[in-house]
Amino acid sequence: MISFTQVNKHYPGGYTALRNVSFAIAAGEMVFLSGHTGAGKSTLLKLIAGIERPNSGSVLVNNQNVGVLKGAALPYLRRNLGMVFQDHKLLFDRNVFDNVLLPLQICGFDHRESAKRVRAALDKVGLLKREKSSLVSLSGGEQQRLCIARAIVNRPAILLADEPTGNLDNAYAQEIMAIFKSFHQVGATLLISTHDDSLSRDNQVRTLTLKHGELQP
Amino acid sequence: MFASPLAGLLNILVIGIALSLPAGMYVLLQNAQSLITKLSGTPQISLFLNMDAKADDIDKLRKLLTQNPAIEKVTFVSRMQALEQLKQNSGLTDVIGSLNQNPLPDGFVISPKQNEAAALDALRNELAKLPKVEQAQLDSAWAYKLEALLKFGRLGILILASLLSIALVAVTFNTIRLQILTHRDEIEVSRLIGATNRFIRRPFLYFGALQGLLGGVMAWLIISVSLLLLNWQVGTLARLYASQFALHSLSSGDSLALLIFSVYLGWLGAWLSVGRHLSKIEPH
Repeated sequence: MISFTQVNKHYPGGYTALRNVSFAIAAGEMVFLSGHTGAGKSTLLKLIAGIERPNSGSVLVNNQNVGVLKGAALPYLRRNLGMVFQDHKLLFDRNVFDNVLLPLQICGFDHRESAKRVRAALDKVGLLKREKSSLVSLSGGEQQRLCIARAIVNRPAILLADEPTGNLDNAYAQEIMAIFKSFHQVGATLLISTHDDSLSRDNQVRTLTLKHGELQP
Repeated sequence: MFASPLAGLLNILVIGIALSLPAGMYVLLQNAQSLITKLSGTPQISLFLNMDAKADDIDKLRKLLTQNPAIEKVTFVSRMQALEQLKQNSGLTDVIGSLNQNPLPDGFVISPKQNEAAALDALRNELAKLPKVEQAQLDSAWAYKLEALLKFGRLGILILASLLSIALVAVTFNTIRLQILTHRDEIEVSRLIGATNRFIRRPFLYFGALQGLLGGVMAWLIISVSLLLLNWQVGTLARLYASQFALHSLSSGDSLALLIFSVYLGWLGAWLSVGRHLSKIEPH
């Protein structure tokens, strides 16, 4: 589903974010990506979504070479990816429901079908009763769950999550992991980055570890 | 989309005023044009005879004129008839009524066969030399001069309209730039979750076109209200001259053209702005 072959990524100024990274994730697999802050986890996820492009090597997602994909094709790649961002990237000028609605509007779903899907996604993350709430009234954990609802509303084949449990206490983190697991059970491919090693140990899943931009054996 | 209603209203007002200037001048010019056509008609040459011309002088002259191959039609207008016509047409009924003798000479009104300026001039010169003719006057000369002046005016309007159109595009360009900046987060997030450029561009283009449309409607209202006020004054003036004249507003075809043009300009400004500013917002 996702495969990296000898991927290198440098940023202007000589900083190397990823060095010679190769791995493959099969369809339906759930994988953790761990490493310290600055190890290159976010860069790796950005390469998958085509937000950044590799300097060398190839990034294949769904058998498409993302590194050489044309700008006009990128939106269609991203519609197959659900993304949970470290900084949430929610829109504070609209309510809970409308935030989750956005991906469906972009894909051009009709009104009734959209509303049904939005409510299903909100139900899955436990925010169905808050659909009319404004975002400022949500706690950090609730905002994170809203971000997950937005990522899964489109029923993507691949879910990428960048530090989804970053600022949450353990109870909240476990709750969010449970949501991811239920998503994994219905066949989605997940790649979840975290700097918290205990999370991957507790959950006993395959873990890729990055250190200074290199994948550890 | 209208983040600030007041700013939106001001924009529409600016666009409306900018459009109403050339369009309003165009309306006035159209009115002048129709007035001139009404007054001048086809070119005619008036022959004014000497005051001492006798009836047989007139008969001789009539024969000469009817035999002239360059002349289509000859109409004799006696002094009395001329005075009556003047009373009816000029609106100076009271002034003429106060005269104690008829100051007008006998005359012929001649319709030439040809309409070109050079041929008319040659004929006028030829007729001026006939016996007992005091003066030969080409009636529509003034109309031609005015016509030339109107052409000049039309060119002026065209230049003004072009400049103001550019200003209108610039206003929309800037409004859309601000709109894009305010919606920066939304654009970035939309890009991240798979929005095409077309999807992101669409609301801004609609906004530009809508702003243009409302500006066009505003211009139409400004022109209509101004003409209403002017007509109120023109009516008083026309009554003083004992004539009937009213300014016409924009025809429905011209109104439609005005609206289509303003929508197009708004859309163009938005399109240029979106092309320039959207690409700068890339997710990172």
